[in-house]
Amino acid sequence: MDDDAVFSSVARGAMEVDLHDSIRDLLDRLCDQLEQLLRRENPASDPAMARLFPAAYPDDPLRELEFERMTGDDLTRGRLAALQTVRASLRAELLDQKQSLAWLGTLNDLRLVLGSRLDVTEESTAADFPDADDAATFQIYQLLGGLQGRLLFAMDPAIEEPEL
Amino acid sequence: MGAAEPTVRTAPVEVDRPADEAVVTPAVPWIVIVWNDPVNLMTYVTWVFQRLFGYSLQRATELMLDVHHKGKAVVASGAREQCESHVARLHAFGLWATMQQDR
Repeated sequence: MDDDAVFSSVARGAMEVDLHDSIRDLLDRLCDQLEQLLRRENPASDPAMARLFPAAYPDDPLRELEFERMTGDDLTRGRLAALQTVRASLRAELLDQKQSLAWLGTLNDLRLVLGSRLDVTEESTAADFPDADDAATFQIYQLLGGLQGRLLFAMDPAIEEPEL
Repeated sequence: MGAAEPTVRTAPVEVDRPADEAVVTPAVPWIVIVWNDPVNLMTYVTWVFQRLFGYSLQRATELMLDVHHKGKAVVASGAREQCESHVARLHAFGLWATMQQDR
């Protein structure tokens, strides 16, 4: 399940996608879930929302309220727009630049949602998730990370994973 | 103003000047901080720094490594409105960014 994806950059910023149908189906379902989350009336209870919409002023509630009023809707709209762009190009074999960016952003949003629900750390491994549902979610989380890393590498090969 | 009669001392008037003119505090700049999180890929964070701030690959990588190793990094500074705009765009890219005055 892990290495089915290949993104390769072709002419004029276009991106070739060689992705198994099962992965595209999975992305489709995940996009649905992300949309439900973003459209929920009262999403404050979900830890994923705190990660998608962090506070700009964590120590200043008044300014934070004003910041959220100013930017919150745009942030949600931007995420939904990217989501729609991904959906519309989910079966495509060629992505244009706008679509590639939307894929990159939505893959990241999905990883933020799953990662915060699982409460992952940088050291998390499959062994940390004995529960079957969590284990499955973690597998998807890792798959998405692989996809995002490959897409980014195809978009900008100059950025390398540093040796730590 | 007082130049016509330089010998007349008007000290009390000076003292009573409204504070908003005499004591304008120099604007304390704001800083934008990006915090480490376990989800965002290092390569992605580097890419976002380049894209949003126009940093070189080297500078963006240094900042990303600061975030990774020290837990946070100051990635931009300036007027409040400008920093709010940076923070909003960082949030749109899924980075965990906050802002505060650089005291």
